[in-house]
Amino acid sequence: MSENVKVSASPHVRSNMSTSRIMFFVIIALLPATLYGIYQFGFNSALLVAVCVAVCVISELVYEKLMRAPVTIGDLSAVVTGLLLALNLPPNATWWMAVIGSVFAIIVVKMLFGGIGQNFMNPALAARCFLVISFTARMNNFVYDGVTKATPLASIREGNPVDLLDMFIGRIPGTIGEVSTVALLAGAVFLIITGVIDFRIPCAYLVSFVLFMGLFSQSGWSIPYLVAQVCGGGLILGAFFMATDYVTSPITKTGRVIFGVCCGLLTGMFRVFSSSPEGVSYAIIISNLLVPLIERITVPKCFGKGGEN
Amino acid sequence: MPSLTFKGGIHTYEGKDLTKDKKITDLLPISSELVYPLSQHIGAPAVPIVNVGDRVLRGQKIAEANGFVSAHVYSSVSGTVKSIEKRLNVQGKMAESIVIENDEAYEEGLPIPVKPISEMTKEEVIGIIREAGIIGMGGAGFPTHVKLSPKNPGKIHYVIANCAECEPYLTSDYRRMLEEPEKLVAGLKIILCLFEHAKGILAVEDNKPDCIRILKDLCINEPRISVKVLKTKYPQGSERQLIYATCQRAINSSMLPADAGCIVNNVDTIVAVYHAVIEGRPLMERIVTVTGDAIRYPQNYRVYTGTCYADLIEAAGGFKGNPEKIISGGPMMGFALYDTHVPVTKSSSAILAFLKDDVSDSKASACINCGRCVDACPSRLIPSRLADIAEHYDEEKFVALNGMECVECGCCSYICPAKRHLTQEIKMMRQTVLANRRKNK
Repeated sequence: MSENVKVSASPHVRSNMSTSRIMFFVIIALLPATLYGIYQFGFNSALLVAVCVAVCVISELVYEKLMRAPVTIGDLSAVVTGLLLALNLPPNATWWMAVIGSVFAIIVVKMLFGGIGQNFMNPALAARCFLVISFTARMNNFVYDGVTKATPLASIREGNPVDLLDMFIGRIPGTIGEVSTVALLAGAVFLIITGVIDFRIPCAYLVSFVLFMGLFSQSGWSIPYLVAQVCGGGLILGAFFMATDYVTSPITKTGRVIFGVCCGLLTGMFRVFSSSPEGVSYAIIISNLLVPLIERITVPKCFGKGGEN
Repeated sequence: MPSLTFKGGIHTYEGKDLTKDKKITDLLPISSELVYPLSQHIGAPAVPIVNVGDRVLRGQKIAEANGFVSAHVYSSVSGTVKSIEKRLNVQGKMAESIVIENDEAYEEGLPIPVKPISEMTKEEVIGIIREAGIIGMGGAGFPTHVKLSPKNPGKIHYVIANCAECEPYLTSDYRRMLEEPEKLVAGLKIILCLFEHAKGILAVEDNKPDCIRILKDLCINEPRISVKVLKTKYPQGSERQLIYATCQRAINSSMLPADAGCIVNNVDTIVAVYHAVIEGRPLMERIVTVTGDAIRYPQNYRVYTGTCYADLIEAAGGFKGNPEKIISGGPMMGFALYDTHVPVTKSSSAILAFLKDDVSDSKASACINCGRCVDACPSRLIPSRLADIAEHYDEEKFVALNGMECVECGCCSYICPAKRHLTQEIKMMRQTVLANRRKNK
């Protein structure tokens, strides 16, 4: 009899999917948008990406060392948080803003609530909102081709026309990662095909958002207007990469649809009625807060009691 | 027609290629001692009717069923009763067993008296099945005569032969269907005699096209029997999921298949019914797949109950390398063994040996709420939530979230990217709830 034979409860096989592998897939999916942002906005954006990722990972490591907790940076979730935060910063943000944002995201939003799986808000988005409130002017200063410009959504609000093709490709001012719709969609398709994200959240988000804008904005059902609204303001980045964050979205399928609708309606409301032309970040983190309630009302019916169909 | 199925479930590495082309080989016991646990079934343990020192024959009853929900035990060899004592069983417990010293003469005892099927009443047929000590051989081990005696036999609409064999690596049912399909069909016809309003269904997964073809050919003139093709997916052979896939009827934990007008039996059980009713042969052998990457020559063996697992491994060429995990049964629901000196029972289906153990290789981490367990759960539960509740020992909440509907199939643990031991937590909580219910009765 072999001496190293192991005993455990069934099942005795495990799938090859792991948390770190999922996070790795998300990083891959974010690469096109990241690389496009760096290509378009230059060295400072590369620096911001590097700083955010490094500080997020180091913050988590230091916190866990101080708390004598098991080190979890190997799961790559801190890398994803750092990357997402960087993609949500304006290209000319300063390195110390990136540091403050990263520390806030990891320490305050994630680790203080118990680390991975326990945070109730998307850390990257919470940090972005924190930075927007703390450094409003710097966070809303978008430089494109060397001059400060209004983002497409701000232009629309002032009644100026926008070039939809430019918006689709990414030749517009905006945060590092939000500008190129096509690069983001490439990553999103990859995540849906590999089964990393559930199409329900982004679909419910986009559909409810478009319906809301069609019904309540002053431009109504104008197609170019709606396309510009979908492609601009980080909606694609938010819908596919941040609203789909597992930890802060519902676990049930019906819950995910409701969550997506909440995000869509709130984004629409902010864009139509608030003083700022954008609103994805706030819409998602407010919806994050609704997740426990949504999960409570969407417990699926079980097999044999109506849930088998 | 698309293959029938249910919602949820998982696709695993099948591993059936190792043994699917290996013909069933007869294997006589190697060790001189055979061990027959008194409890190989669900229900009361059988009571020994032999004494130490008695000479017994092959096919002689050595322990008698204790009550209705119980089953007789037969000796599979001729020899002398050496002792009646506690021996290690596959679940890792010491269980009261009869130990017989094999004299290697294999002298046969008298068969169970049988008449031609047309001359027997239903009660007589069920009586023979009971006499033969037949139990569900798919794993659970529920006495078959109890299953075949529902309150209202006239309301049974389907008798389903569970030919899914959805557990990875197992090929014993597959080989049986290829080599003795006529016995399976004949056995099913015997069971159908008991339920005149019932239709017979042979439910086979679509990864066994050869079996589907053979069975369809055999049933071409059997108006009451049809072959249904199931999607290959685990746990397709789980009773509730199988009934749903084949008949679109759903049962929950408070119901028996008979409540939905269904009776489900696995391939080996039905063949055992055939052997008992036609040949008067009690249940004393079964087919066991010996496989895994740590087994030198993977095989399908027909073995006598009571044979030591170590004999089967030896016959299959022994281990190549040091196995890290040895399992009795399939990798999804089987038991890990720490000692291979345990006997083959009526419900043993396989011995697996792996060089690497997935479970000890992976470390459990925090739940990331990804929902994969929710997608995989065939009972449509929220396993991650149930496991949390189980950790906090909240019985009320566990029951409210339908924790008792879990079929312990293992899909959630398999799929979890955080490698949490979801099935284990839920299983333990279920056992606690059941124990408390019994206590409060």
